[in-house]
Amino acid sequence: MIKGKFIDNLPKVYGIYTGGFIGFIILMAIAEQMGMSAKAIGISFVVFTIAIYAIIGWLSRTLQMDAYYVAGRQVPTVFNGMATAADWMSGASFVAMAGGIYFKGYGYMALLVGWTGGYILVSTLLAPYLRKFGCYTVPDFVGTRYGGNAARLSAVLVLTVASFTYVTAQINATGTIASVALDIPFKIAVYVGLASILLCSMLGGMRAVTWTQVAQYIVLIIAYLLPVFWISSKMGAGFFPHLMLGDEVARIAELESQFGFVKNSAADLATVPKGLAGITKAHSSVNGTNWGFISLAICMMAGTASLPHVMMRYFTTPSVKSARRSVAWSLLFIFILYSTAPMLATLSKLSLIDPTLSTGIIGKSIAEVQAIDWYQNWNQANLMFVSDFNGNGTLELNEFFMGGKAVVLATPEIAGLPYVISGLVAAGGMAAAMSTADGLVLAIANALSHDLYYKIIDPKAEAAKRLIVARVLLVLIGFAGATIAAMGIQGILGSVIWAFDFAMSGLFFPLVLGVWWKRANGPGAVAGMLLGLAAGTWYLIWVRTGGAGFLGITQLTFGIVGASVSLVSMVVVSLLTKAPDAATQNMIDELRIPSGKTILGKQH
Amino acid sequence: MSNKAKHWEKTRGLLFVTLAIWFVFSIGIFFFGTEMEASSFRPFGYPLSYYMTCQGSLLAFVILNFWFAGRQEKIDEEFGFTEREDG
Repeated sequence: MIKGKFIDNLPKVYGIYTGGFIGFIILMAIAEQMGMSAKAIGISFVVFTIAIYAIIGWLSRTLQMDAYYVAGRQVPTVFNGMATAADWMSGASFVAMAGGIYFKGYGYMALLVGWTGGYILVSTLLAPYLRKFGCYTVPDFVGTRYGGNAARLSAVLVLTVASFTYVTAQINATGTIASVALDIPFKIAVYVGLASILLCSMLGGMRAVTWTQVAQYIVLIIAYLLPVFWISSKMGAGFFPHLMLGDEVARIAELESQFGFVKNSAADLATVPKGLAGITKAHSSVNGTNWGFISLAICMMAGTASLPHVMMRYFTTPSVKSARRSVAWSLLFIFILYSTAPMLATLSKLSLIDPTLSTGIIGKSIAEVQAIDWYQNWNQANLMFVSDFNGNGTLELNEFFMGGKAVVLATPEIAGLPYVISGLVAAGGMAAAMSTADGLVLAIANALSHDLYYKIIDPKAEAAKRLIVARVLLVLIGFAGATIAAMGIQGILGSVIWAFDFAMSGLFFPLVLGVWWKRANGPGAVAGMLLGLAAGTWYLIWVRTGGAGFLGITQLTFGIVGASVSLVSMVVVSLLTKAPDAATQNMIDELRIPSGKTILGKQH
Repeated sequence: MSNKAKHWEKTRGLLFVTLAIWFVFSIGIFFFGTEMEASSFRPFGYPLSYYMTCQGSLLAFVILNFWFAGRQEKIDEEFGFTEREDG
């Protein structure tokens, strides 16, 4: 009753929501002028947005199987594009990426190419065909296409390894932001973040996650773009930064050659707090090998096409055609943020290092920098640090250190924007991390409840029982992720990149060949998934424990090793064993045309 | 050749064209990082290599994806495999 109406009224509903959110920002801006404290503004932003997501989550509660698993397959194209963009852009994209570009420059921007180029693979090779298949989860496709529990179980294994690596990083990000904005200890903030994530997903599964993700996309994109456009205008760099920062990029290159990249001694670096870094690489010039750039891009692209939480978003569209269109819309919405990140990095870097700007700190005396308000704030938060290594009393480029997160979180304050913008950015970062964590936790819980519990352990389970199991697993996985995140053993960006490599190692070729190579069979797919995952994991451990590696493949690109092994073993084993039977061959023929019934029924 | 086989052949053709363009923008041009940087063609004043990584290739992917979706819909239509619009 409400649902039919709701779908028809989506543009209006989200239009009012966006207007309301902008109204809230203005209200906060006025409150700031009237003397509301920075802390109160930060808390209001985070609490207000989370409350809205929770309300959406509650309104979307459901007892229907296909609503829980695939949002009833009625999410319109453009809205699914927005939801996918939020699902996709994680705490890493929002909080950490601009920082990565700030420190590592050109070489790092391979991530931008990889994380967008992958969507060509998604739309050409996989998404429309998996939508036609009508599965609930990615292992559901693998299990039916290749037949047998071994294939299904292997897919669940790869999915869990990749998604779990990813989700701990996201819960870590929600914890970081919640602890800064709400001023509570990180270890508690992690569980506050978890509670907000579960509020969105537990009652309504995929349906609830879909509608909160659309809401989260709107918050995060406003929060990312507004400060960048504002800072750019304020600095006089141009009102449309994407097309107007040519001079600023050239100016950074000029300053780099003026300052030079002085290498710090190991003893000096040991005094810098953990997790902070200085600028050591050229901003816009080619600063690494071509292969280093390309191999990273390849891994991110193949990983994009193999990560289950993205793929399952395309199971929710009404048709194959809309799944394909929806991929294109997703990429457009992602492009809007990704093309902005390098501009933010440029503005942030220039405002800090250009001595002719009032915000520039390089060349000032150390004592002067240490007296700046924002320096003291972020130094206290352990995200900024200066030290007079050469003892000349002046701050040099190699004596200034910053945490990657600070580029996004602190730049508005450094550029002298009102605090309301910093509150907005915190809400945006929270939205980005929460939306991805939601998608990931749901992907893991659905695979375990549908593929492991229902398809393998208890095929006779009734709908009500299946949905209870799904929800219990959701909570358990969330807690496991939060517990590991609370230990804080890994950084945000590094573990996200690993997740892509894991997914690529085990799932890329088994998924792609499942559609594009009829001869691929069950034993081949199992070999491809398990040997690929094993080879990738082995290479990662080998390099991490001091191994030399080969072909310039690093711990960030170990997916190349895994996927190669996966491809070879899958082809060899498939050819050595029996071809798939006639029924499977027919199924693949059906899979390849958009019209007709889905392969799996509406309820299965 | 059956209708389905012809449809698949055309679909595969489109895949190869799309992936070829994708390859150029995601991998091909980045074999020439330093050459692009030295190029006198500087879109909006950015070095070409920098522009392609932070905007050019990304934009190419967006356009390619919409173009691909449109072409594939035409192919499906040609062979009568378009879905009933009921969603």
